[in-house]
Amino acid sequence: MELYQKTAAELSRLLQDKEITAVEVFNSFTERIDEVDPHLKVFITCTLDSALETAAAVDRRRMENEELHPLAGVPVAIKDNFCTEGIKTTCASKMLESYIPPYDAAVVEKLKRIGMPILGKTNMDEFAMGSSTENSAFFVTRNPWDLERVPGGSSGGSAAAVAAGMVPLALGSDTGGSIRQPAALCGITGLRPTYGRVSRYGLIAFASSLDQIGPLALNALDCSLLLEVIAGYDQRDSTSLPHEVPQYSAAAGRELEGVRIGLIEENISANFDPEIKFAVLKMAALLEENGARITEVSLPHTDYGLSAYYLIAPSEAASNLGRYDGVRYGYSADGDNIISLFSRTRGQGFGAEVKRRIMIGTYSLSAGYYDAYYLQAMKVRTLIRRDYEKAFQNFDILVGATTPTPAFKLGEKADDPLKMYLSDVCNITDALAGVPSLSIPAGLHSSGLPMGMQLTAAPLNEGLLFQAAAVLEKCSDSPPQQRTALNLTGRGEL
Amino acid sequence: MDYEVVIGLEVHVELKTESKLFCSCPNCFVPEPNVNTCPVCLGFPGTLPRLNREAVKLALTASLALNCRIALRSWFDRKNYFYPDIPKGYQISQFYEPIGSRGSLTIEDDLGRPKVIRIGRVHMEEDAGKLIHSPTGDASLVDYNRAGVPLVEIVTEPDLRTPGDARRYLEKLKIILQYAGVSDCKMEEGSLRCDANISLRPSGSETLGSKTELKNMNSFKAVEKSLEHEIKRQRAILKSGKEVISQTLRWEEESQKTIVMRGKLQAHDYRCFADCDLAPIELTAEEVEEARAALPEMAEARAERFVHDYKLPDYDALMLTSSRGLADYFESCLEFYNNPKNVSNWIMGELSARLNSAGIEIESCSFGPEHMAELLRMIDENLISGKIAKDVLEKAFYSGKMPRRIVEEDGLLQISDQSELEGIIEKVIKENPDSVGNYRRGKTKAIGFLVGQVMKETRGKANPKLVNELLVKKIGFK
Ligand SMILES: [Zn+2]
Repeated sequence: MELYQKTAAELSRLLQDKEITAVEVFNSFTERIDEVDPHLKVFITCTLDSALETAAAVDRRRMENEELHPLAGVPVAIKDNFCTEGIKTTCASKMLESYIPPYDAAVVEKLKRIGMPILGKTNMDEFAMGSSTENSAFFVTRNPWDLERVPGGSSGGSAAAVAAGMVPLALGSDTGGSIRQPAALCGITGLRPTYGRVSRYGLIAFASSLDQIGPLALNALDCSLLLEVIAGYDQRDSTSLPHEVPQYSAAAGRELEGVRIGLIEENISANFDPEIKFAVLKMAALLEENGARITEVSLPHTDYGLSAYYLIAPSEAASNLGRYDGVRYGYSADGDNIISLFSRTRGQGFGAEVKRRIMIGTYSLSAGYYDAYYLQAMKVRTLIRRDYEKAFQNFDILVGATTPTPAFKLGEKADDPLKMYLSDVCNITDALAGVPSLSIPAGLHSSGLPMGMQLTAAPLNEGLLFQAAAVLEKCSDSPPQQRTALNLTGRGEL
Repeated sequence: MDYEVVIGLEVHVELKTESKLFCSCPNCFVPEPNVNTCPVCLGFPGTLPRLNREAVKLALTASLALNCRIALRSWFDRKNYFYPDIPKGYQISQFYEPIGSRGSLTIEDDLGRPKVIRIGRVHMEEDAGKLIHSPTGDASLVDYNRAGVPLVEIVTEPDLRTPGDARRYLEKLKIILQYAGVSDCKMEEGSLRCDANISLRPSGSETLGSKTELKNMNSFKAVEKSLEHEIKRQRAILKSGKEVISQTLRWEEESQKTIVMRGKLQAHDYRCFADCDLAPIELTAEEVEEARAALPEMAEARAERFVHDYKLPDYDALMLTSSRGLADYFESCLEFYNNPKNVSNWIMGELSARLNSAGIEIESCSFGPEHMAELLRMIDENLISGKIAKDVLEKAFYSGKMPRRIVEEDGLLQISDQSELEGIIEKVIKENPDSVGNYRRGKTKAIGFLVGQVMKETRGKANPKLVNELLVKKIGFK
């Protein structure tokens, strides 16, 4: 077994036991990147030189018996919407194609501080707007399970990188499913933490009240290890939560006796792929076998979630993206006057989906429409929050499918935004409610593609999610297959 | 037909905080552009605002000083528009729920009667940068030093009726905010800015006429002048049967005229919504009451106290409390020298004259309360005459030296030695027999001339009271 096939926890143990060096780990993953990235197209920027320096420094410090963080020397990839000082941060947009931030995002500081080599910045939908990574201004990323299919999005690059063994861990951002949906489509584990659990400082904003940073990994334990690193209060982010960070990794291994689980009716809907529905029910049965109590539950306002989300997120986005005007940084078109500078810069710098959302958002906030659209959507958001509050009076964890279907084909939904939006239908209400939500592998579809199950808990109860996921990983009779399944031959020539 | 004038003012005031509203950049003026900036106030991608609580405190104080109702829960909204001087594509402001509302301020109207001006709202917001035209004229440059500086905007209801009302409102507002320690309120330096809305309507009418907005006035006088000009202009239009166009006008100081700056006043659609990067501002009733209790003594109360405690005439008290700086200076003097009326005379007389001619504020004056106290004490002790004291004050004013040192260095000590003076008096009597004769014939005024001659001989250093006594003794009747 190659090092690149190991989980972060395994690598961490081997490194701490000095059985391997961080540079060996680095070499194994970078060879893997060399091998598969030309086919998958995951990285917008590789930062191998600085990653190697970090790995070598970790080895040196370990030789000197310095106390190191367990994840020191374990490589990581980050989505290209996290600011990295001195390193291009593009948001997969022409607007920021050559933008170099003057500072590190809070999470990047944390990764650096403990000595995690950052291998590169991963592809995504432009400004995190999309569900397939096809909205990247640069290139599409392919699903390691089937190169003809999308890896999901918007954190598609990060998900594909973990699934294909290019990194053991990656960071993504989730505004309305952008971590969980690609995790499900790529057969890995991805967490959207409680809103405010991880500092957003340095995450290039899409929709401020929804954006949240989270880990993608092969299993729940790895996710919990990375969450321990990135979680915590940051005074630079006024929405970050002051609560202490528990040892999430200790949760994996606890029993499920007496845990109350609600099966969300709306997220195993009749029009979902029947195999996915079946897989979720099977997983639920496994939880029951392990002592959990399962009951069906309805979140009655779920039907309005998607509409509310596609008003609130674009409204915030229209405002957040107002700063890209060609005056201070980023793409700047020639203009004879200030109006033409603005309109040409934005006309040429943004892609179609970004423009679509800016227009929806601008419309929804405009005088005369504000009450009917933005305000109405905010009221729906309150109702959805209440749905969750009510459900969590009776349940500890809510479960359902992560996506209605497995990975779709490249180009399949690219021309139909509404269809594309529907692929996030199970992920959006959690985001609107600000609750933590984890997608875990739920076996393979008859098509050979991975399926995902989503587990949701009350705010700050991420530990409970890891606990349930670890139980399922242990006793599942069809353990989720991992990136060793990557078959670059016979999946169509590129 | 006669018309009624309706004026409302929107005043922006810079809050006197250490740092900017949402980042730790210093809040102070620097001539070099883009020095007081950081990724946050430049709106770099990924940065987030962090509220400066000191600014909230000052905004709360301002609201209380203007008798506003305080919102225990208010928040910031984003005002979205495109302009190069706003770094984020939106300005963070309080649109839906201002911290203060429904306040008031009492002024005197043109006839000196008290008149309440209602204040609609007091809200916090961040300032924008400054657009500068490049020296070559082919480009615009932006200076973001000012971007993110905390402001409060104070909006009146349309309660002002004359340009004089407007000026007195601004004067009063400035004094209140200075007293409250909220802002310097220096219109010339831009820490207080004022836009005026003005319309005319037939007397007795309840509906408002179409209004114009006046901008670019850099002094209270300019506000008054521009309103006077605009009233004439609007009245002429209405008299000729035409309609006033709602537009933004710019006051031109040189020509003393308004010129059209922007066509038709359009209702801008700023697409405001709550800024979800910032938590709502929560205040407790206790915090508000504490702030209210901590409000500094305002001008009127202080003037009353000056009359009562220091037995000053009303006029003195009014003058001394016309700015917080002056009133503070006065009371500091009293700590060193306890003769209120004397101090008051010297502040309002000599010192004010010096300040005016030098064009500086009392706060930056190097002739401090210790200087003043020492000077007045030397007069009381007959060490110098009042006339010499004026010269000493002038010297100390510019050099910052202590008065006693100036007197010693320049040999200005008063001559109170009788034997030294008698010789000079003899000489003056001998040289001015006419005046002596006049005096003896009953023209007592002539003594003044003789005293003056002695003073002249001693270059002002003689003790005039003593000279007078000695002269009378020498030439007077038995
Ligand atoms: Zn700053």
